[in-house]
Amino acid sequence: MKRRDSLKAITLSSLGFAGLNPQIAAAESIVPPDIKPVKIPGGRQKFEAERDAKLKADKFFTPHELRTVTVLGDIIIPADAKSGSASQAGVPAFIEFMMKDQPQWQTPMRGGIRWLDNVCVKRFEKKFADCTKAQQIEIVDEIAYPAKAKPNMSQGVSFFNMMRGFVATGFFTSPIGIKDLGYVGNTPNQWEGVPADVLKQYNLSYDE
Amino acid sequence: MDVPQIKKAAKVYDVVIVGSGAGGGMAAYQLSKAGANVALLEAGGYFDPADPKYINQLKWVYESPRRGAGTTRAFGDFDAAWGGWEIEGEPYSAAKGTEFHWFRSRMLGGRTNHWGRISLRFGPDDFKRKSLTGIGEDWPLGYEDYAPYYDKVDDLIGVFGSKEGLRDAPDGRFLPPPKPRLHELMIKKAAKGIGIPVIPSRLSILTKPIHDRGGCFYCAQCGRACQAYADFSSSSVLCIPAVKTGRVNLINNAMAREVLTDAKTGLVTGVSYVDTLTMTEQAVMGKVVVLAASTCETARLLLNSKSPRFQNGLANSSGVVGKYLNDSTGASRSAFIPSLMDRKRYNEDGVGGAHIYTPWWLDNKKLDFPRGYHIEYGGGMGMPMYGFGFGMEGRNNMVPGRDGKPKEAGGYGADLKDDFRRFYGANIGMAGRGEPVPLESNYCEIDPNTVDRYGIPTLRFNYKWSDAEIKQAKHMQDTFEEIIHAMGGIPLGKKPGPENNYGLEAPGKIIHEIGTARMGNDPKTSVLNKYSQAHDVKNLFVVDAAAFPSQGDKNVTWTILANSWRTSDYIIDQVKQKNI
Repeated sequence: MKRRDSLKAITLSSLGFAGLNPQIAAAESIVPPDIKPVKIPGGRQKFEAERDAKLKADKFFTPHELRTVTVLGDIIIPADAKSGSASQAGVPAFIEFMMKDQPQWQTPMRGGIRWLDNVCVKRFEKKFADCTKAQQIEIVDEIAYPAKAKPNMSQGVSFFNMMRGFVATGFFTSPIGIKDLGYVGNTPNQWEGVPADVLKQYNLSYDE
Repeated sequence: MDVPQIKKAAKVYDVVIVGSGAGGGMAAYQLSKAGANVALLEAGGYFDPADPKYINQLKWVYESPRRGAGTTRAFGDFDAAWGGWEIEGEPYSAAKGTEFHWFRSRMLGGRTNHWGRISLRFGPDDFKRKSLTGIGEDWPLGYEDYAPYYDKVDDLIGVFGSKEGLRDAPDGRFLPPPKPRLHELMIKKAAKGIGIPVIPSRLSILTKPIHDRGGCFYCAQCGRACQAYADFSSSSVLCIPAVKTGRVNLINNAMAREVLTDAKTGLVTGVSYVDTLTMTEQAVMGKVVVLAASTCETARLLLNSKSPRFQNGLANSSGVVGKYLNDSTGASRSAFIPSLMDRKRYNEDGVGGAHIYTPWWLDNKKLDFPRGYHIEYGGGMGMPMYGFGFGMEGRNNMVPGRDGKPKEAGGYGADLKDDFRRFYGANIGMAGRGEPVPLESNYCEIDPNTVDRYGIPTLRFNYKWSDAEIKQAKHMQDTFEEIIHAMGGIPLGKKPGPENNYGLEAPGKIIHEIGTARMGNDPKTSVLNKYSQAHDVKNLFVVDAAAFPSQGDKNVTWTILANSWRTSDYIIDQVKQKNI
């Protein structure tokens, strides 16, 4: 048996027999000698480090789904004069991780992409990611503005709201996004109060 | 499988302390400094905020693959607390129709590693609620008993604040407070204009270094634990120095099972516990036992310590153990402040928490609820974390675009990207934290059907808010909107109403629970005397918030510290007098 297959077999038999025969379960729980223990980064608990390593090794999105998320992400946050795009900031990989970290998002995400593809196939005979830019924007315009969206697009609105949130979080928590936003903290500092010019701008003072 | 053998250590300690949070840490510190040999049991692992192994402080949000989301830590991926509302293998339950959420932190220092550092003294009236209002219970002690200990705690641990001369919020021995941030100045101006006081916060954060600890370097991350020891956590400020005396044997991963008693004398002799790493049964013996396992864990331990002599649980001849459980009330609201759009950027991290707060300012005699609350504030240009940008479709039509034209909510593209920049730092939040009325009908008890992974019977909660707390939450919501409107702000979301108890958080959610082994002068209605000594067992003490008859609208940590110090002095005195 190949090593990979023997590991699979161990997992299966553990699931099947652990409750019946503790000796077998105990024997199988011994970690094979060539599996390296997970390195625990500072500030993490062991179970967290192990969980993160497993999540990073797993895959959720299919290549098509990942491509769709990437296209949509860059429509939501494109590159502009000030900074790069969602995909340049690594947003698709962040969303991939969150799907595994918080599985309650999996159905709305996977189903939402499917909903989008279905609408596009009906209208353009192509899935969203394969549509022309103009076709993609035509659909996005119909789901990106909740107040003016047609009732038959309401599920798309919900999906787009979710995507907008994930893309914004992913982008603005990345090095590119933090620089764009202008957050300048997270460093040893002395707090001397609000700068004088800002106080003046808001007509406030520390003497009141 | 063999029945586990309990391994009793031969050594008899002067004191065995269960729990290393604020109460246990202070007792370990004071008793060891006085020369006692102490065994300090902690259910969780070792933790030192200065050891790189444990440091999350100054990490960037993108160093977390979930960008700080609270998947495995309720208060976010960088929060210092290990544990949370749910711990695998350590269940609890609630009786039908009732609710309680129990946050536990399994680590040296317990929940003090991530708390808000809000360090308020009780006011004189907080000890006399029954006399003053006819409901609730008086303490067997008054402000004058605690004042010298509050002073000593201020000096030992450090707290910033300002002298205000308010009767209900007594001044302490304060370090200088940090100046308010921009949104805090705006809140202060608006609130003062409608008669609501706003004063500097009182937080145990060192704006000046004291006792070899570092000064605050203003990263706003106290909740991650401070590597400079510039804030108070029991691990860094009390437990680690106590261990350095050489007289404290800190036993980590020790989940207490029972307090052991002598069948003849009825005195406690030690504590049995499970070593959670080896899953072996252990016991440590002592002349005095001090419980500080946290309000509910202490009650659980007492109720589980049954013997022929103490059939109702230890120190429970009154039947009061577990009863009068009460948590702070909590309700909150957030708002968007249009005048804060397009802000100039600068580092306004400040200390970990608000630089201002509102102490209770009204007279309950003129209101339809009997107890007060204080208000905590949030906002500013903090590090963007998981959740940033969600919900923009409910926000970006509230004000015109850069071109002055009305905007459609939602959107995408360069225009949306620009909105995130424009709205950054323009939100504020406010949260009320109020005093509940302690009720006998709110309690925890041993669940007859359930044990944890160590085989220790678990807790079942019975807790319902009363009208007093719901009306208080209604008042909070009205106040929040008044302040928001006075600032020219726009409240976010729908105003909470009667359909959800005005946003009143579920019991336990504020993590300020107290009262399950309350002190009093009458052994029939209380568990402990005014020295936090069990009425029934003279060498048993409780120094966490289980001992408190009520909690004021003041976060109780400072009173836990003062009371634990006072109790420690009493223990030292009683040992000297050979009474225990």
